Amino acid sequence: MSSPKSAYSIPTKKGKLDTHIFVVWVDNESGVLARVVGLFSGRGYNIESLAVAEVDATKNISRITIVTTGTPQVIDQIKLQLKKLVPVHKVADFKREDKNVIFKEMALLKIVAQKKKIEKCLKECKKFNPVILDKTNKSVVVQITALRREIDKMSKKLKPYGLTSTSRTGAIAMTRGAQTFK
Amino acid sequence: MSKLYTGAEIVFKCLKDQEVEYIFGYPGGAVLPIYDELKNHTSIKHILVRHEQGAGHAAEGYARSSGKPGVVLVTSGPGATNVVTALTDAYMDSIPLVCISGQVPTHLIGTDAFQECDTTGITRPCTKHNWLVKDIKELPKVMHEAFKVATTGRPGPVLIDIPKDIQFAKTNYTKFKKEKKLNGKIHNKFSENEINQLIDLISKARKPVVYTGGGVINSGPQASETLKEFVRLIGFPITSTLQGLGAFPGDDNQFIGMLGMHGTYEANNAMHDCDLLINIGARFDDRITGKIDEFSPKSKKVHIDIDPSSINKIIKVDLAIVGDVNEVIKLAIKKINKKQNGLKDSNKQRISKWWEQIQKWRTKDSLGFINSDKEIKPQHAVKRLYELTKNQDTFITTEVGQHQMWAAQHYKFNKPNRWMTSGGLGTMGYGLPAAVGVQIAHPDKLVIDIAGEASVLMTIQEMSTAVQYNLPIKIFILNNQYMGMVRQWQELLHEKNYSESYSEALPDFVKLAEAYGCKGIKADNPDELDDKIKEMIDYNGPVIFDCHVDPNENCFPMIPSGKPHNQMILGPSDKEENKITGKGKSLV
Repeated sequence: MSSPKSAYSIPTKKGKLDTHIFVVWVDNESGVLARVVGLFSGRGYNIESLAVAEVDATKNISRITIVTTGTPQVIDQIKLQLKKLVPVHKVADFKREDKNVIFKEMALLKIVAQKKKIEKCLKECKKFNPVILDKTNKSVVVQITALRREIDKMSKKLKPYGLTSTSRTGAIAMTRGAQTFK
Repeated sequence: MSKLYTGAEIVFKCLKDQEVEYIFGYPGGAVLPIYDELKNHTSIKHILVRHEQGAGHAAEGYARSSGKPGVVLVTSGPGATNVVTALTDAYMDSIPLVCISGQVPTHLIGTDAFQECDTTGITRPCTKHNWLVKDIKELPKVMHEAFKVATTGRPGPVLIDIPKDIQFAKTNYTKFKKEKKLNGKIHNKFSENEINQLIDLISKARKPVVYTGGGVINSGPQASETLKEFVRLIGFPITSTLQGLGAFPGDDNQFIGMLGMHGTYEANNAMHDCDLLINIGARFDDRITGKIDEFSPKSKKVHIDIDPSSINKIIKVDLAIVGDVNEVIKLAIKKINKKQNGLKDSNKQRISKWWEQIQKWRTKDSLGFINSDKEIKPQHAVKRLYELTKNQDTFITTEVGQHQMWAAQHYKFNKPNRWMTSGGLGTMGYGLPAAVGVQIAHPDKLVIDIAGEASVLMTIQEMSTAVQYNLPIKIFILNNQYMGMVRQWQELLHEKNYSESYSEALPDFVKLAEAYGCKGIKADNPDELDDKIKEMIDYNGPVIFDCHVDPNENCFPMIPSGKPHNQMILGPSDKEENKITGKGKSLV
């Protein structure tokens, strides 16, 4: 609760929070990421993860994927506010539960441990398309692709086996089937 | 090969193509090439202000009173940071501004060079968009796009940061063609179906109210005409936000006064009890809604706005129509006239009880105050100012505080673009430079800044600008020696602990006026007030009017404290039964 002598109204009860994934197509120009991120921080929206890269070199289009949480009203606002930015072309918004959309995140895991423990780790990773990128006697670097939650779980699980460093891309998304988002 | 022009020349070519007549600015190292070029363009007049914030507010005053975008020219570093307040102010109140700032040469950007700052970084959250021009070839396109972004859709400020080397660099310039079709960021695609739904709601309502805002003003003078026609046709009571005053005549019987924290009793009660609320170009600001949970609990809500992100931002509505106010209500009028010939009469019958109720509320006379024959009451001063100026086309600007609310309550506006006040940001020091800009746009009209003595001192230096350009602005100071609104809150919420809200050592405003080379008038007696106001109006030149008013007067009515619209505090006579207590304190 705000201070009892504030000049502003006290906050009203908050609604249920949903997790949404926004995909934003923007002109790849200097400052565009600052505009998008500034919008989130300036208006008090939450960013759980963010992934961005150019996807169309001829048209100079970058694709930003943002995972965020908010009440339905806030989610609606985020979408409308994003659309107002001049370099933004289009905005897609998916619920995390949406079955028609694939969400994936990639992670690089560095495990420093004895052979036995490393083996155990690799076994745990099996479900998530592990690729061994580097291997020494004492260590291994594995690449996995999975859902956010799965990677969260894996990080926790592998800690006792010698996971020393994790690097994650943040979620990216793509619709299933033949149609694309217009 | 076509002729090559320097960046500075291109700036002026673009300004000419955009039909810009005035620039408000202040020179400095990083914009000197542009200032050097100024002499070659006689159709564009530069107004030299005394502080960049003044340039921004003057441009706002110019834009609000003329409907054209205001143009500001400042240097890098402190020039740009000083204009930030004005840009934010324009952003909050949706005023079209184009600000051009100089920047250190491109090779020095990022080196902490002299008078360098990250201008686009600093102004990103307070502009609709901004550009740092690093390539001279981009400049013409950016300049024209800037005007387009500032003036279309929901208007707002933009900024173009031009490094000094770009101002010298050369490129060619192809003549600009004004686009007829506007781009995808402008939303004016409402459907007929939505209009039909609106008419359906109108024809069923028994307790309707129309709530209008600055969007009507921004839609152009035609929108105000259309609004008048619409409201007369449907016969509904109409209230307005602070920014919307003037869109509907303030002395019309259908107008029930301003709403919100210091709105009238009838307007706020109508908002609370209504069964249909039609919001036209307003944004459910927190000074309007009071407690969100209990805001207009029984009504169907309609929101007409050009900005899709305004819809459902604060208050969930039942029908949203995204589009230009004028277009939307024009179509609604057409449909009402075509489809339902009887609507006009049946409406009147259906809502006659509602009007009776509103008349009852009106008898409370919530703007009333106890006048005095010894001291000038501030409300009385505004009322007299109104009576003595209402016969001519008068433009009013204000600062921020009690005087602003009294001006809004007691000065009646009959036309749009006559009322310039800082509502969203609440910028003290807005009114004086804004009056400069208004007078530039309307050289022959009477322009008055209704001011407070604390606010006006924040930008008093612009009197010098007024004198330089012979702008006969009238600064009408309601001098109560306090930051009045601060004092009011301290009185009501903080046990009369008037912490730092009393101004000691105020200047002698008459002498101050004389020091600037304008006229000073002082009034402290109700008997002499009228004559002195007349003296001010008749004087052909800038005037500072020091009107000493009762320092203890508070601004009523007022929605206090955790209470919804229907529980206002009225004036002194009502105070006893309605003290602000405990939990309520947080909401004022």
